[in-house]
Amino acid sequence: MNELFLILVSTALVNNFVLVQFLGLCPFMGVSNKLESALGMSLATTFVLTLASAASYVVYHGLLVPLDVTYLRTISFIVVIAAVVQFTEIMVRQLSPLLHQVLGIFLPLITTNCAVLGVALLSLNRELSFFHTTLYGLGAALGFSMILVLFAAMRERLANADIPTPFRGAAIAMVTASLMSLAFLGFSGLVQG
Amino acid sequence: MGDIFSWWGILSAVGVLTGIGITFGALLGMASVRFKGEENPLVEQIDALLPQTQCGQCGYPGCRPYAEAINQGDALNKCPPGGEATIHALADLLGREPVPLDGEAASEDSVAFIREAECIGCTKCIQACPVDAIIGAAKQMHTVIEDECTGCDLCVAPCPVDCIDMLPRSKPLNQWQPVVTIAPIIASDRQLTRSQHASL
Repeated sequence: MNELFLILVSTALVNNFVLVQFLGLCPFMGVSNKLESALGMSLATTFVLTLASAASYVVYHGLLVPLDVTYLRTISFIVVIAAVVQFTEIMVRQLSPLLHQVLGIFLPLITTNCAVLGVALLSLNRELSFFHTTLYGLGAALGFSMILVLFAAMRERLANADIPTPFRGAAIAMVTASLMSLAFLGFSGLVQG
Repeated sequence: MGDIFSWWGILSAVGVLTGIGITFGALLGMASVRFKGEENPLVEQIDALLPQTQCGQCGYPGCRPYAEAINQGDALNKCPPGGEATIHALADLLGREPVPLDGEAASEDSVAFIREAECIGCTKCIQACPVDAIIGAAKQMHTVIEDECTGCDLCVAPCPVDCIDMLPRSKPLNQWQPVVTIAPIIASDRQLTRSQHASL
């Protein structure tokens, strides 16, 4: 139980994929303009990440290892992720056409969110079990969602703040992101290993 | 698999990728059939927000086609009868930024005004008004209900005696501002006060 908690905390906070490992920056900057769309995006990404890490574990250990074609892992993981994203898109369009419209191109672009592929590949390197891989994906997704929502909330406030003209827009967003990243580096002492 | 080139290696690689592709493709196909929804209910929601005047000022032959165009990404600000309220409602619904009204209608919030002494009571403006903001009867003087008028200026063209003006809308009571006058002591002061008023 303790170990599971450690995996969650270490992926969500200590090795946060966005702010510490710098993966998945595209949706981080792209969908964080409004809190609502950030929430939708983080839900969709959580779904995809968890499902994709579990599915890629199954594909890797059930198919690639027995057939001795482990060198195909990157391309097969991409196929797996693309399929999961397509499935998510079908679901989102059905459940909330509005969210589908708001997320727009960023929904299919979860496929190229390197955090998703990163989780699948990194959990292989760590030689985790199936359950731990899924948990690792869930932890990464929770970390991503938390960062995205926090950042979107900050940007909504920044939109109304009195910012010097040269810093408006993307500039102040970048500064904010780097300050957040600095803050999250502070978690590195929380869990050893 | 000692040698560098092996048919088995290539075949298994191709087979694995093809297998994965076909499996996931089939699963996705099943999912899309299973979860097939009705055709874009968002258009209905947009259409419900438009004023349904069917005036065509947006450049589309009615409100429904404009709703479809908005859904395809067209601008929100092409509906003068709807005015600011519709733009804000649409921006809220679609999560876009509200933009000021397109074209000359954006410059000022105007309202139709009938110079009643000249009105001959032809009822042509009544028929043209998309929001029923003009009251009157045949051969009787007509007038505009200011609260109802959207400033679409559709009534100006049909008037045979050109007695309809577009005037700036008077402020509602809750935005009423007291007129501050500085007591005029000498004649030049009076002049100054007037020019200050003009600049306000």
